[in-house]
Amino acid sequence: MSLGKLVERLLQLIPVLLGVSVIVFVMMLFTPGDPVEIMLGDQHVTEELEQAMRRDMGLDLPPHERFFKFLGNALQGDFGLSYYHRQPVADVIASRLPATIELSLAALIFALCVSIPLGVLAAVKKNSILDRIATVTSLFGVSMPGFWFGILLILFFSVTLRWLPVSGNAGFSSEVEPITHLLLVDSLLRGRPDAFWDALRHIILPAITLGLPMASILMRVTRASMLDVLDRDYITFAEAKGLRRTKILVKHALKNALIPTVTVAAIETGSLLGGNMVVETVFGWPGLGRLVVESIFVRNYPLIQAAVLFYAVTYVMLNFAADILYTVLNPRVRL
Amino acid sequence: MTAVTDPEAPAIAPKGETLFRRNMRLFASSKLSMFFLAITVGFVIMAIFAPWIAPHDPNAPDLFRRLMPPAWMEGGDWTYPLGCDALGRDILSRIIYGSRVSIFIGAAVILVATTIGVLAGLAAGYLRGWVDVVISRLVDILLGFPYLIFAIALIAMTGPGLQNIILALAYKEWVIPCRVVRGETLATSEIEYVEAARALGAGSRNIMLREILPNILSPVLVVSTVRMAHVIILEASLSFLGLGVQPPTASWGSMVADGRSFMLSEWWLSTFPGIAILLLVLSINVVSQGLRDAFDPRFHD
Repeated sequence: MSLGKLVERLLQLIPVLLGVSVIVFVMMLFTPGDPVEIMLGDQHVTEELEQAMRRDMGLDLPPHERFFKFLGNALQGDFGLSYYHRQPVADVIASRLPATIELSLAALIFALCVSIPLGVLAAVKKNSILDRIATVTSLFGVSMPGFWFGILLILFFSVTLRWLPVSGNAGFSSEVEPITHLLLVDSLLRGRPDAFWDALRHIILPAITLGLPMASILMRVTRASMLDVLDRDYITFAEAKGLRRTKILVKHALKNALIPTVTVAAIETGSLLGGNMVVETVFGWPGLGRLVVESIFVRNYPLIQAAVLFYAVTYVMLNFAADILYTVLNPRVRL
Repeated sequence: MTAVTDPEAPAIAPKGETLFRRNMRLFASSKLSMFFLAITVGFVIMAIFAPWIAPHDPNAPDLFRRLMPPAWMEGGDWTYPLGCDALGRDILSRIIYGSRVSIFIGAAVILVATTIGVLAGLAAGYLRGWVDVVISRLVDILLGFPYLIFAIALIAMTGPGLQNIILALAYKEWVIPCRVVRGETLATSEIEYVEAARALGAGSRNIMLREILPNILSPVLVVSTVRMAHVIILEASLSFLGLGVQPPTASWGSMVADGRSFMLSEWWLSTFPGIAILLLVLSINVVSQGLRDAFDPRFHD
């Protein structure tokens, strides 16, 4: 892919991102209730002070000016104050983000580790018992409501067997000084195997819950593309040359079969972000998703809007990355 | 799933059996699909006739029956087969009534979204030009939002409630049929019979609705079913988070949420409504898979 094409594709993102911000802004305009009143709560202040606050927050400007102000502020990472936390929204989001990223990454790793071997095996042993089991399992995987599956896992592994913790992302004793703010990484970097073990035990169940639908989808994609590849002439040729079966599978087939899997994985990583709200709520995970859900009940609108914008921008970028990845991996596609 | 690109299929369906009918006959020949279709229909019947089927009033509390276990366990009673919840309400009756919420919201969202999506997709794919640019841009922008967070943000603004949930989900849902229909329309509008209709002087509206639409029904049906399964899970997730239909109306997602705090001992509170969601969604997914296989020309003899 040439640099010119890459720049062209990047420029195409601008109208999308602009449209996304317009929608978030319109949501903000139609939000019920006066921000100043919500912020003040039960406190009584003079009329002048209220007007001053309104001016301060730019609420007295006409909508289009407010939009450009909102956009300008957003580009500088300023999303206003969180009514509830009385801190800048950006800071509150930043403090919750690492836990969400860590959980999403763990779910992604789980999904890849399960789906690729299963998908390949199901394709190689097409119509075998294993293939049937994999197909049925993936059907269950996409039909299972995440919140319910999470509860079942807790019931079984935490309550009945007592193997894993019920909720949260770390015990009290396993606090490590942050470097990357990802607990699993930090505990390794600080040389704290006990903290690593603790964090790992906490993340297993939420990661499986979050990653299950993705694992199911990726399994199907891998199986289908592996079947497609195994049908190709170069595989027949490699077999005719007398190469060993495993060598053919790994060196010739898998390399090509994984192209769609990687692309779909990149797109589905965006859905992991969207599924976080439910899973984080079930497992009491201190991430952004649960923060959004909590914010709804306290009518903390600036935070919800900033989070929606953040999710959307990340989602658009991930889809863009998936597009580029597909083009780079697949030399036949020239865009 | 692109039935129109089937090289074997005649561009103009023979009299008597259209391509769509042939596909449906293929679908009906699969026992697995028909079995799960029967379960799905069973759920729909349950939803429609809930007041006659449910053994008890779903909202009648009775503290004497509080947390009563299912009939086969000690302390259970066959009058309340699946036990009672924390307020002593019959769980079976609540599950039966809860199917109304899931199925009604699922069907309403898909109906609204498919209607809008099909019309927008036809317009974008057939008229092209600025219509296509405007619709496709809007689709791109809406696709930029993760689904659940978009719905949650809308509900946070408008407040929970049946109508608001349907709107919150439909706002984004129409994009999916729209993209499919646009692609199919682009492919179909090059085929001879469409050109023939155009040559005969048929208007754009007539060509879109009379010539193109009947030929792209198969992919639309596949997408609607698979999306309906998805919407039902989304509605249950919203209910679970407390953003769905409000109590005391029974919904499966909120029943699971209510039972969460009792799961250490009274596991049946969350388990049964969860099974109901899984079974309905699974059935719709199998039906959708069957439709896809039947409509895929590669599976035809």
